[in-house]
Amino acid sequence: MRGCVRRFKTTLVAALLAAALPAGAAPRRVVSMNLCSDQLAMLLAAPGQLVSVSNLAQDPRMSPMADQAAAYPANTGRAEEIYLMAPDLVIAGTYTSGATVAMLRGLGIRVETLPPAEDFDAIRDAITRMGALLGREDGARDLLARFDAELAAARGTPDRGRAALYYANGFTSGRDTLAGTILDAAGYRNIAGDYGIATTTTLPLELLVMAGPDRLITGATWPGQSRGEAILDHPALSAVAPADAQVTDRDWVCGTPFVTRAIRSLR
Amino acid sequence: MVLRLSGLSVTRRRRPVLHGVTLSLPAGQFVGLIGPNGAGKSSLMEAALGLIPFTGTSSLATLPADRRARHAAYLPQAREIAWPVSVEDLVALGRIPWPGGGRSGLDRIAIDAAIARMGLEPFRKRTALRLSGGEQNRALIARALAQDTPMLIADEPIAGLDPAQQLACLRLFRDLAAEGRTVLASIHDLGLAARFCTRLVLLSDGHVLADGTAEAVLRDDLLRRAFGITVRRVDTPDGPAILPV
Amino acid sequence: MRGLFIALSAGVAALFLASLLTGPAGLPMPESLRALLAGGNEPLPVVMREIRLPRAILGLAVGAGLGLTGAALQGYLRNPLAEPGLIGISGMAALGAVLAIQTGLSLAAPLALPLAALAGAAIGVGLLVALAGPRGGSVTLILAGVAISALAGAGTALVLNLSPNPYAANEIVFWLMGSLADRSMLHVWLALPPMLLGAVLTLSTRRALDALTLGEAAAQAMGVSAPALRWRLVAGTALIVGPATAVAGAIGFVGLVIPHVLRPWVGARPSALLPASALGGAALLLAADVAVRLVVPDRDLKLGVLTAIVGAPLFLHLIWKTRSGGRV
Repeated sequence: MRGCVRRFKTTLVAALLAAALPAGAAPRRVVSMNLCSDQLAMLLAAPGQLVSVSNLAQDPRMSPMADQAAAYPANTGRAEEIYLMAPDLVIAGTYTSGATVAMLRGLGIRVETLPPAEDFDAIRDAITRMGALLGREDGARDLLARFDAELAAARGTPDRGRAALYYANGFTSGRDTLAGTILDAAGYRNIAGDYGIATTTTLPLELLVMAGPDRLITGATWPGQSRGEAILDHPALSAVAPADAQVTDRDWVCGTPFVTRAIRSLR
Repeated sequence: MVLRLSGLSVTRRRRPVLHGVTLSLPAGQFVGLIGPNGAGKSSLMEAALGLIPFTGTSSLATLPADRRARHAAYLPQAREIAWPVSVEDLVALGRIPWPGGGRSGLDRIAIDAAIARMGLEPFRKRTALRLSGGEQNRALIARALAQDTPMLIADEPIAGLDPAQQLACLRLFRDLAAEGRTVLASIHDLGLAARFCTRLVLLSDGHVLADGTAEAVLRDDLLRRAFGITVRRVDTPDGPAILPV
Repeated sequence: MRGLFIALSAGVAALFLASLLTGPAGLPMPESLRALLAGGNEPLPVVMREIRLPRAILGLAVGAGLGLTGAALQGYLRNPLAEPGLIGISGMAALGAVLAIQTGLSLAAPLALPLAALAGAAIGVGLLVALAGPRGGSVTLILAGVAISALAGAGTALVLNLSPNPYAANEIVFWLMGSLADRSMLHVWLALPPMLLGAVLTLSTRRALDALTLGEAAAQAMGVSAPALRWRLVAGTALIVGPATAVAGAIGFVGLVIPHVLRPWVGARPSALLPASALGGAALLLAADVAVRLVVPDRDLKLGVLTAIVGAPLFLHLIWKTRSGGRV
């Protein structure tokens, strides 16, 4: 009960402080509730500015910054816990639950949403936008410059062959997706294009086999078993795929500067 | 073929329903099993056939199941026909205990004979379930005849039949016995039982109260003890008529 | 009647061929059949032998198994509403399969998958026979089936939701509706031997099921051993439905529709209905599996969706007939 009262007081003080600040000043208590914005925020925020990231950011299977994220208190994306953190800015993804976002806004908290970045220009925009949101424009400029340099270095020679992306439940990704962009940058032709696939959608296994890709990149498998992932063990897949099947990992998940590592891994 | 039952006792749901019944039914007899509801008539027949657990001995139940089925045919009280099979296929079911299983030449002869005997020729290809109750009953009896056994055990074979069908059924059973078979049937109509059966067994509370000719069994004191009723007996040229009063 | 069996066999053969020749890749017919027979490491033989052949074989086997068990269960319970999917046997098999997968047993020993599903199916059919044996009426049968299905479905959903794997929870629909997409020859070898054994056991009950037409007591008096029949039926059903569900999910209504449609053609005799329903079930499932690939080629439409669209109205019709006291 006393803890509760104290937390309420902190909340009150923080709210008063936030109200007292002039508009346009950098936010001082930022909560990120999306795996991708978590990473950009951790890369750009001033010390102490970011107070919480999502629990997914601490999962090493999905987050390339799991170690850094471990230093932050995690949130599970519920309005209640985020409100009690007394943020003056909440950064969410565009796919974050609409009800949560609406409730936080209803409680008077500023919520900004970041769309998922599916290509390099979108990643650049996301870096710039995050910089602007956090009032860290200089840091964003530096990060952008580093990203462009790493990207130029990572790009592969064009036309290194045909490659296929294949995930659980028989999904593949076309050129309009982040994975497709990574594949393209590494110099591969995506077989999804042969079948007119531009987004992430199902590709029947036999079409994949008939395409006969030079390289197969499959989704990472999760602990426990699932029937959806069993397709990646189908004998037909191993019959046509070259032995060096690459697995997509945490560097493929979000449109952040870490995609350059994914591109380099395809060399 | 003699059916010997000795010390037959049956317990159902922890309640004894038959107490050490001993009977010997020789070939050529049409034995009518009479007695009030719950006297143990069905239990006696089912135990004799080995269909339910019992203590004591039954010369039939000691046989292995397949041989037993070639010795005795059974007409249960519930005249069940689960599927819309034709009369011919229904009668052919009686051949299941035999090696041909309904397909051999011998089977065909038995089936045709049973159908002819029950006057079912016109209904041969008809669906048994679409026939009248009496016709269905005849088809079921034909099934038992096709089984071609020296013994026939029937549980209330004339219940629910019209008078003409009742008479036809009992005449058939009398003829079957006359041909040398052993026929055991439970019957509620005392008058018809007295007229057609060669021997009556009166069962009451799981005991044999009387066993013998109609005159010996249908005595006023025995019927009062078994049913709690008195009867009026009128002798007619066709046999005794028995009226409960 | 011989004509019926010839027609059914021809239909199954044609649909098996159609299943082999149907697929998103739209392969040329003569070449693909040649590739199927000749084999090789080229994409075409791989597609034919590793993707389409197991799918067609499983369609045939699972359909035949469901038709056969449907007819056998109906004959034993003397009730046209009995069917492995509707009364929870497939659901229990799915629960067994899901448990084997999620505990990692199936990873350690592939045989654990069909065996666990078999055990689930055996518990399901055992419970059902105990609750609604041959003397139980339609109401008992359906209520027992509803209870077993609900229990199995809840168990399956619970196990999948507790899985650490994010894809597992989405698999509930597969286990409820069934699919033959992307099965491999491994699944064929896991499922086929127990299913064949189950078929032999089930077919051995033909005469006993015929005798049951006259009721339990009359059948017993004709030499049918009730415990032996029950044992063979439970074991046969579990051996067929368990492995079938382990590889193809729970596909409902095949065992309901096929015996109902074929019953008048075989003179309603269970002994003839069993093999006819096996052929009919194979034809129906192969046709449904061709249809899901033709109707919505880019989605993995579940087989159970199609069979339910056909079967559920028939089920309602049968309930209506039973309700009004009519015989089927």
